[in-house]
This record gives sequence, structure tokens and C-alpha cells, in this order.
Amino acid sequence: MNVSNLLTNYEEAIAMILFGIGFSNLLLQKNLIKKIIGLNIMDTAMYLFLALKGYIAGRKAPIVTNGVQSVEAYINPIPSGLVLTGIVVSVSVTALMLSLTIRLYRRYHTLDLDEISVRLKKEGL
Amino acid sequence: MAFVQNFPFMSIILSLFAGPLSSVLGGKKAKWLNLAVISIIGAMSVAVLVFVAVTDEAFVYTMGHFPAPWGNEIRVGILEAFMAVFFCLIMLLCMLGGVFEREEEIEDTKQNLYYVMVNMLLCSLLALIYTNDLFTAYVFVEINTISACGLIMIKQNGRTLEAATRYMIMSLMGSGLLLLGICFLYGLTGHLLMSNIKEQVALLHAGGEYTVPLLISLGLMSTGLAIKSALFPFHSWLPDAYGYSTLSSAAILSSLVSKGYIFLLVKIFFRVFGFGIVRDSKVVNVLFVFGIAGMIMGSISAIWENNIRRMIAYSSVAQIGYIYMGFGLGTTAGVIASIYHIVCHAATKSLLFVAASGLTDVSGDSTKFLDLTGAGYRNKLAGVAFTVGSLSMVGIPMFSGFISKLLFAQAGMESRNKMLLTLIALAISTILNAVYFMKTVIRIYTPVPAEITREKGYITMKARERLPKSAALICFIILNLVLGLSSEPIITLFRRGLAMFA
Amino acid sequence: MSRRLPKEQYEHTLSYRVKEWLKGTKDPFLGNVEMKPQKEFQEDRKTIVRRDREKKRLFEQIYDIKHNPEIRIFRRAYNIFSVLFCLFLVTMLLLAVSDLPKFGNASNPVNNEVAARYIENGLQETGAVNIVTGMILDYRAFDTLGESHVLFVATCTVLILLRLDGDKKGRSGVGYVMENDRIYEPKNDMILQTVARIVVPPIFIFGIYIILCGHLGPGGGFSGGAVIGAGLILYLNAFGFAKTERFFTQKTYRRTSFCALACYALCKSYSFYTGANHLESGIPLGTPGAILSSGLILILNICVGIVVAGTMYTFYVMFRKGDY
Repeated sequence: MNVSNLLTNYEEAIAMILFGIGFSNLLLQKNLIKKIIGLNIMDTAMYLFLALKGYIAGRKAPIVTNGVQSVEAYINPIPSGLVLTGIVVSVSVTALMLSLTIRLYRRYHTLDLDEISVRLKKEGL
Repeated sequence: MAFVQNFPFMSIILSLFAGPLSSVLGGKKAKWLNLAVISIIGAMSVAVLVFVAVTDEAFVYTMGHFPAPWGNEIRVGILEAFMAVFFCLIMLLCMLGGVFEREEEIEDTKQNLYYVMVNMLLCSLLALIYTNDLFTAYVFVEINTISACGLIMIKQNGRTLEAATRYMIMSLMGSGLLLLGICFLYGLTGHLLMSNIKEQVALLHAGGEYTVPLLISLGLMSTGLAIKSALFPFHSWLPDAYGYSTLSSAAILSSLVSKGYIFLLVKIFFRVFGFGIVRDSKVVNVLFVFGIAGMIMGSISAIWENNIRRMIAYSSVAQIGYIYMGFGLGTTAGVIASIYHIVCHAATKSLLFVAASGLTDVSGDSTKFLDLTGAGYRNKLAGVAFTVGSLSMVGIPMFSGFISKLLFAQAGMESRNKMLLTLIALAISTILNAVYFMKTVIRIYTPVPAEITREKGYITMKARERLPKSAALICFIILNLVLGLSSEPIITLFRRGLAMFA
Repeated sequence: MSRRLPKEQYEHTLSYRVKEWLKGTKDPFLGNVEMKPQKEFQEDRKTIVRRDREKKRLFEQIYDIKHNPEIRIFRRAYNIFSVLFCLFLVTMLLLAVSDLPKFGNASNPVNNEVAARYIENGLQETGAVNIVTGMILDYRAFDTLGESHVLFVATCTVLILLRLDGDKKGRSGVGYVMENDRIYEPKNDMILQTVARIVVPPIFIFGIYIILCGHLGPGGGFSGGAVIGAGLILYLNAFGFAKTERFFTQKTYRRTSFCALACYALCKSYSFYTGANHLESGIPLGTPGAILSSGLILILNICVGIVVAGTMYTFYVMFRKGDY
């Protein structure tokens, strides 16, 4: 493990730690809403990581100003576009998860997935 | 450029267009539109397959005015075209087989939304098969996940809602890992297009640079796709999702959705990293171990199960274990065996689901084993079909399952250090398969006294009564026999297709 | 010279009312705004005890640790394995990061010929001043086509889950009335209505501006559509369904989003088809910097904006137990 490089890349390291936090929330939380929050943390960490990939020190956002079109003037536009796509995907997925949660809550009046499983077994469906 | 070469692109756009269109149509019209779209796409894919097989060369189709590393593109070879044809065929038969159940179980006002989901699922499967770009693959993986979730919960009861939630949580973890792997790979190579990434990865590998991040990105992508396709420890959503959703959803989910992810994994192995690098890494060994665990544990859970549809679902866990074991062998022969098993399992599992529903129809809609006693006499065609499917899953010669087991065993013999483990696992799993499938077959052919039949309200059903389902069953049986009896040309086709991947 | 009004007339003018309000003798909102004193939440001992007991019993059944050691072992094993897996994952990721190229460096492998062409020729080839917009809607348009359909599919699943379909006799079933929160309407919230009347038109105009200038500066269909959706939601909250349904129902949503997506798919398939077959597309790019420029990008942005606005509004309506 190259520690000095890890310290130089500390932004990316933070993104990875955030990813781990989100992932463990998704795995360990019992409450569905907290799981969804974990999912969003995970997605955000990924976008942070992607956005960092495109950054170049001292350059501007990729919108052509004053007709300058040299590579030295702007940061890499590809990661920004990918982040945009990723955000839309995560919005849709979050909406879907929330509506599933609403349905389950209306039916079972709880947000605990294990509790719901037990009730289902009692229903014997 | 020949006109046929436009067909893959047209089939993706056609199914993409049919999704929103069915949301404004009524349920009946959407149904016919869906059947028409699947048939047209199937026909177009046949033309593409013939074209590629004759020219014996893969072609690239640029999506837009900009060539390779700047724009998107799709790539068509023999394997891709074959999978497209096969997926369309299976999907058509599944949709036919579940017509009655769909109309009974789904509310009238939501019928058209079901067809939206099916069309979008078909579109995402086609895009996953054809795409040559990793980020496009990610976007369509998400469409696939969301529409599969829609298919599970369209029949709304507590079980399906819970299964859909569990399915979404698992899949989201999987797609998170997949996207992270793609980001790492993009950061190392600077490309998103599979061919360009492969060049760069070969350069990096030769220079010995960035070996750790490359390995980790491969591991992330394989883990992500393995989670999404319900490899053994991640299968907790699967029995409920397959066991309680409506019939065509269960059949499509078990036979197509997970197979789409597995096919993407094959593409990543061959077209992104190159199979040499994948073999040298230790990732295949991990897949091998989990595959074998899945083969055994899935079968054991299936033996304990008391509900026929959940039993078939657990059997899916075991079969996905087989497929990953084939990858884990790390030889081309193993991968070909796995691809053959993808095809064989898709054909057989959907047959089993449709046949099982035919059996439960005549047993007072109960899925319990006790109520299925003698169901093979009451619905003769479904009984025969279930028997065919069971024999194929167990691996009796003449049926498709036998060929894939033979291929797995051959591939296992070739690899030196994994031979013993593969053969033992195959033997144990075959015995376990035989236990639970033969138990069911014997159960459905045990005669019941006439008074019990009357008491429980069992009915007898002729093949003529539910014509679409019977037609689908007959087609499935024929498909199984074809795959079992004339496997040689298909395997040759796979070999050529896999060679085209490189 | 000022005109003196008679007293009755003077009492109706705005300045008089403002003066009264400043002096504090009369509150103009009193009697005009719907005000209900909120009842404090109270629970008697009996229900509290009963609730606690039921909850405890339920938890005992679920986590029946005394009689069922398997559950305990399984839960503990699950937790331990999850924590270990997460720690392993983070360690692996940090290991990978420590080996990655240096952050913010111009010579990283990411900054290769692909990014260079987007920056250097983007303006000439796509006509878009905003390079990111040019990239996602022209160079890599297939991704974005998929992405807008992700939104559409997600809306359909939300509709499947949360739409209240009522029974066939119309919207009169008991469950329907219970679950629908229209019974609290019409609302007469004067502050909200006044603010909404002032703020909603600028919000719409701002959203339209963002969509139309997506190829000239930061913005585009997704952000603009989200702004318009927020405006719609504010309008709905202020005036209730009775008013919004005059121009936006579920049927409107489905038709507009179908038209937008179909238009999107048709435009893009035309350009994919011509591109792959090496035909001239014949779409003028216009002068960069003008609103009507950059070929199909403007049309695509509008389509995406329509879809996103409808989607945001639909999510909101579905989440607040509504129906439209």
C-alpha cells in the first residue's frame, strides 16, 4: 500500500470510505428508510469519485467561453456527463424504493423488513 | 453496408418505442402490440444471425455520426445474434403461456403497464447483448432491474411486495459495485468502449502497471453482476419473487433476466479484460467456489420445499451455480459449457414454470405438493411437459440438460487442479436434482380415488381448453428435444461466436 | 391637491387597511385564512401500556431468542459477516485508490484523445457551446436515450404501486375515499396562494429558460424539467387538484411523455441511421451561441424537459396518497 499516494489522493479515499458507509447501511440497517438513505450515500460517493476523475487542477468548467477551444483551458467533460446520467438513474431508483416502502408501510404499519417477513409467514399466503 | 446490418439497432429502437406506446394504449391493444413486437424482433434477429453466420465476421454499427472512441456503438457477432433470437423466442413463449393468469391476476387498469415493463425489459436485454460500451451497459442494466421489479410486483400481495423490496436492495448493491468497477476501469484506461479498454488493459498488463486497481475493478464488476444474477449467498429474494409473481413474470425472470447479466459478464471477461488476464487473476476461483456452493445448497433447499413453484425457484439457484462453476474452471471449454447451460436452463426453467401452472390449474389453484397428487392424469399435456422438464434438469440423455452436464464434465476433465471437485459436485448435484424432481413426477402420477377428486373440486382439463398455454408447452418440449438431440451444430456456433469475441 | 374620500369609501382602500394592520387594530388574515387550533397529541395510560405490550410481544415473536437459538446465531453471524465484508471492501478500495494516478494531474490516462476531441471540435461538430451537453446529447446520445427511458420506467412502476384505481362504479369505494387525501380540499391558505400566484410564473419561465439555453450554458432538459416540476408541485399545493386537473391529468402526463419520448426516439434513430450508413443528416447546426442552433440538441432538450417535469410531478402526486 502506497501511503503517500493515498494521502495525495485523499479526496478519492474519502469517496471510497463514503461508499463503504453507504454500502454497510444498505446491508445492516433494519429500517427501510435508513436503507434508502444508505443507498443515496453510496450513489453520491460514486458521483464524487467520478467527478474527481475529471478534475484537472487550475482549469475551468467545459463551457466554451470567448471562443477558446484549447484542451489546456477546460477540465475533462466526460465524467461530468456520466455523473449526470448516474444522478437520473439514482433519482428513479430512489422513487421506486420509496414507493415500495410506502406500500409496505400501509399494509403492515412497520418499516422493519424482518418484521414484515414474520407477518407474511403468519398470514400464510 | 448491407441493410440487414441495421436490424440490431432497429430491434432495440422498436422495443424502446413500444414501451411508451403501450402506456397510452388499452390493455388488449398493448398485448397484441407486445406480441407483434417480439415476433418482429425475433424475425429480424434470425436474419442477422444468418447474415453473420454466412459472412463469418462480426460487424460494428456506429450509433451516430462519430466513429469508435468518440461515439457509442453496438457490435454484432454470432453469439450475440443467437442470444437475441433465443431470448425473443423464450419471451414469446412465456408471454403466450401466461395469458390467462395475467388477465386474472392483474387489475384491468394496470394491464398496459405490464406490457410497458415487458417491452422495456426486452429492449434492455437486447441492448445488453449488443452493446459495445460499458456505460451504456450500466444504463440498460438499470432499466432491466427496474422493469424486472415491475414484473415481480404487478400482482400485488404482501409476498411479491416484500420480494420486490429484497430484490431491489440486492440489485442496487450489485449495480453500485458494477458502476464503481466501471469508474475504476475508466480512470485507468480513459475509455468506455470495450475494444479500446481491452487494448489499454493489455498494454497496462504487459507493462505491469496498476495491477492492483485492475484486479479490484475486475473483482468489483464480477461481484456486482454475480449479486444481480442471484449467485448462491445472494439469493434470498429469489424464491418469493419467482414463487408468487404472475406466471409469465416468473418464467421470464427465471429464464431471461438473470441470463442477461451473465451474458454481460461473459462480454466483460472476453471483450474488456481478455480471458487470459481473467484466468490469471484469482477471481475465477472465487466464482468457482461460490458456484459449487450454490449447486449444492440450492438443491438441498429445493428438497425441503413444500411448494412446487418455490421448489422450481430454488432449483434455479442451483442451475446458476452450475453456470458460475463453468466460468470458474477458467477454460474456454468451461465457458462454452456455461453458455450452453444458459440456453438449456432458459428453455427448461420456463417450461417447468408453465407446466407447473398447468398442474396447479387442475388442482384447485393450490401449489402444495399434497394437492398435486394425480395432477398428471387430470392435465395430460402439462404432466408430460413437467416430466420432460424434470428429466432434462436431472440430465437424462435425449434432453438438453444432459448435453450441458456432459460439457461441464468434459471441461472439468481438461482442467488439472479442479477436476476432482467439479466431478464430485456434478455427481452430488445430479443426485439431489433427481431426488426432488423425481419426487414431484412420482407425486403427479400417483392416482387419487374418485371421491377425493370430487371433494376437493379438482377438474380435468384438455389441451384444447387453454390453447395458448398448450401451444407454448408443445413448443417448449420441441425446443428441449432439439437442444438435446442436435446439440453439435449449436455448440459449433458457440465456438465460432466465442472466437469472434476476441 | 388631494381629493378627500368619504369615510365609507376610505375604509375600503388599500392604504387604510395597511395602516390598520400596522397599528395592529385589525388583522386582515383573521377570518379569511383557514385556521384550526391544533389538538395536542394526548394518549391515556391504558393505550400506552397496551401499545407497548403489543410491540414487545411482537418483537418476542420475531426475535424469539429464548426458544430459537438459530435465529440468534443467524442474526449474529449475518451482522459479523456483513461488517467484515464491508471492512474488506473498504480496505480493498483504499488499496486500489492508493495505486491510482495522481488526482488533478493533466497527464492522467483519463485525459486522452477522446476528451481532447470533445473540447477542440465539440463546438464545430455539435454546435453546442456547453461541451457536456454536446457530449451527452450528440456524441454519446445512446446512453442518454436509455437514461430518459429509465425515468419513464420508474414512473410506470410507481404508478403500478401507488395509483388508486377505485372500483368500476366510479371513485366511490370506501377504500378509495380513505386513501385519497383530496377530502382535505379545497384549501384556502391565503399566504400560500398569494405567494404561489407571485412565484409560480417566474419559476416556470426560469425552467423554460434553463431548458432552452441548455446548449449555451449550464443547464439542459433534466435540470430545467426538475424546476418546472417543482413549480407544478407548488401550484398543486396552493390550489389543490381541482385547479391543476384543468390542465394536467394523468392522461395528459401519459400523452405528453409518450409524445416527447417518441419524438426523442425518432430524432435519435434518424441520426443513428444516417450516421451508421454514412449518409448526410442534413440538419443545419446554425451559428454557435444562438438559441436556434446545434441541430437536434435543442429539440432533444425540450423533449427531456417535458418528460422530467411530468415525472417529478407524478412522483409527488403518487407519494401524497393522491390520484389524478
